[in-house]
Amino acid sequence: MPEENDKGAGKPTGLLGTVKETVKGDLAGLKGVLVEKGKEELAALKEPEKTQLFRSIFRVKRDETPRSRALSVLTNVFFHLHPAKINRDAVRYSYTWGMGGMSFYLFLVLTITGVLLMFYYHPTKGQAYRDILYLHHDVPFGQLLRNMHRWGAHLMIIAVWLHMLRVFLTGSYKRPREFNWCVGVILMVLTLLLSFTGYLLPDDQLGFWAVTVGTNMARATPLLGHEGPFGAQLGMTAFNDVRFALLGGSIVDANALLRAYIWHCIAIPLIASVFMGVHFWRVRKDGGISGPAPVMLESEMKEEKKGPRPVILRPSGTR
Amino acid sequence: MWGDWHQLWQIVSVPDNVPIVALLFLVPFYTWYGFREAFKHDRLIAQLETDPAMAKTHHRKPYPFKTGWERELHVWPYLMRIEFLAAVILTVLLMVWSITLNAPLEEPANPNLTMNPSKAPWYFLGLQEMLVYFDPWIAGVVMPTLIIIGLMAIPYIDANPLGNGYYTYKQRKFSIWTFLIGFLALWCVMIVIGTFIRGPGWMWFWPTQTWDHNRLDFAVNRNLHEIFGIENRWVAMGFGATVVGLFFVVSGYLMHRLCMVTEFSRKIYQRMTLLQIITLHTLLILMLSLPAKMAARLLFRIKYVLVTPWFNI
Ligand code: HEM
Repeated sequence: MPEENDKGAGKPTGLLGTVKETVKGDLAGLKGVLVEKGKEELAALKEPEKTQLFRSIFRVKRDETPRSRALSVLTNVFFHLHPAKINRDAVRYSYTWGMGGMSFYLFLVLTITGVLLMFYYHPTKGQAYRDILYLHHDVPFGQLLRNMHRWGAHLMIIAVWLHMLRVFLTGSYKRPREFNWCVGVILMVLTLLLSFTGYLLPDDQLGFWAVTVGTNMARATPLLGHEGPFGAQLGMTAFNDVRFALLGGSIVDANALLRAYIWHCIAIPLIASVFMGVHFWRVRKDGGISGPAPVMLESEMKEEKKGPRPVILRPSGTR
Repeated sequence: MWGDWHQLWQIVSVPDNVPIVALLFLVPFYTWYGFREAFKHDRLIAQLETDPAMAKTHHRKPYPFKTGWERELHVWPYLMRIEFLAAVILTVLLMVWSITLNAPLEEPANPNLTMNPSKAPWYFLGLQEMLVYFDPWIAGVVMPTLIIIGLMAIPYIDANPLGNGYYTYKQRKFSIWTFLIGFLALWCVMIVIGTFIRGPGWMWFWPTQTWDHNRLDFAVNRNLHEIFGIENRWVAMGFGATVVGLFFVVSGYLMHRLCMVTEFSRKIYQRMTLLQIITLHTLLILMLSLPAKMAARLLFRIKYVLVTPWFNI
């Protein structure tokens, strides 16, 4: 009988035997499969761009075809600020000086270092100054953090001014970019105000007197300042004029510190971000970067066209 | 005392003054850099103007180009790699600067202890310098507002269609001169003066001159009507208003002559609307009022031109 033969061969019987048998079989099967799968995994490691993980993040094949190059710009949220292609001469440093991009990059650096500084800073009289000392002496890399934030702010102002100079010298404010120039002017004012409101925050002599000098001018605002032309006639006093509104008091004190803090850390960065969004959007919608465009001769000057402008603009640099 | 190099070093090495030292190099460098590019284009323009056949076929840029070459480049990688490189260089620069120089921290704020000189942050020193020549309502409120409005007005009053998207000097002489006088002479130079020249009491100290905290300037500034011996307040007011009005008329006329100097500028003038002309002239006159008042003060020691019970100019 076969059963008896099995028994005779010393095979285990009963529940234990069945379990043992099944596990053994499974193990043998698994061994083959695992080795197989392991090899597959190793092979996939060599081509990470074929994995599901990679493809879920980057949706385009990575190869050297023009189509993929274009798509890798267009399908990435950070890159899609750019067009897929640009005027061949626009990458010359001598054209843009890279100053707009550097202003933006410095804005990002300032945002990051600024948020880190906020972890250590209380906008209250007495505590504020101590927090700066704490940053200098006890916080790991605290001094470096503060230095980067301050020098970055100075650099950004210089970058923005040079950006404006190059936009002017290339005539890039001309049709159709008039409005984006205005957005830029607002961005420059916001950049200066960001720096100025930050100057008070260490609550030291330097910031205190600079902001005192600065806001004293607000006293002299025509109509709205108590020392300005026609201010007194309109009922302005040191306790209800624009300077009072800016400082939250008649002197630079605790309220002024809090107001500077809120303008500096929340309000102006938010407003500036919105304007930067508009600025970049308009650079694209106005036909991309303005040049280097083919030169136009005096003899080719035409009468100014009246009426609406084309909504879709041809990229500049092509004729 | 002169030849005080220590004093100069003390000013230059204030950490917050480093940006102005940088400005001193960066602004002239980029101005030169822009002009180099402009002259390159101007030479090409001159060539094309004398050779119409060439103008028909030329690609019209002073950069190499052959038929068959792509007119456009892929942003990835040709632009992205430049941006990446710029970010890296900028980060390294900022790191090195931040490691070598510490941000300043003075004594805790003390309203009872005035800093002398008490200076605004460096980027506003141009405005503070204006305080020497104008009352605060002009220097601190009206002028900044005018600068912002004037800058925003530029695209709408510049009727010259040439030079759009390329550097050129020849085709845009008037606008380039105006902008550079404003930016370089009236803004950057004022910042440099405010930083390096102005000492205690906002007095003028030449570089290497010691900042003497006890120095007193006995400048006797007079109002214009006093020079002419006018004593009656109302006559003086009328007189001052007339002088200011005359300044507007005369400088407005000079600006008009300036706009008519060359054939080209006459052509541009022709294209402008009345509103554009009025705005342009108003802004130019107001811009000119700063050097005009500076000259009146420095050459004739005039404090105010127009004195009224409400405001002085
Ligand atoms: C926070 C300040 C600013 C940021 C982050 C910024 C950023 C940029 C960037 C990245 C570009 C692309 C081209 C380039 O890099 O040159 C650009 C173009 C432009 N910007 Fe700004 N900008 C700022 C301030 C300004 C200011 C102050 C002005 C002028 C008053 C201005 C006017 C323009 C114009 C007209 C363009 C188009 C230029 C062209 O097509 O050639 N921007 N900006």
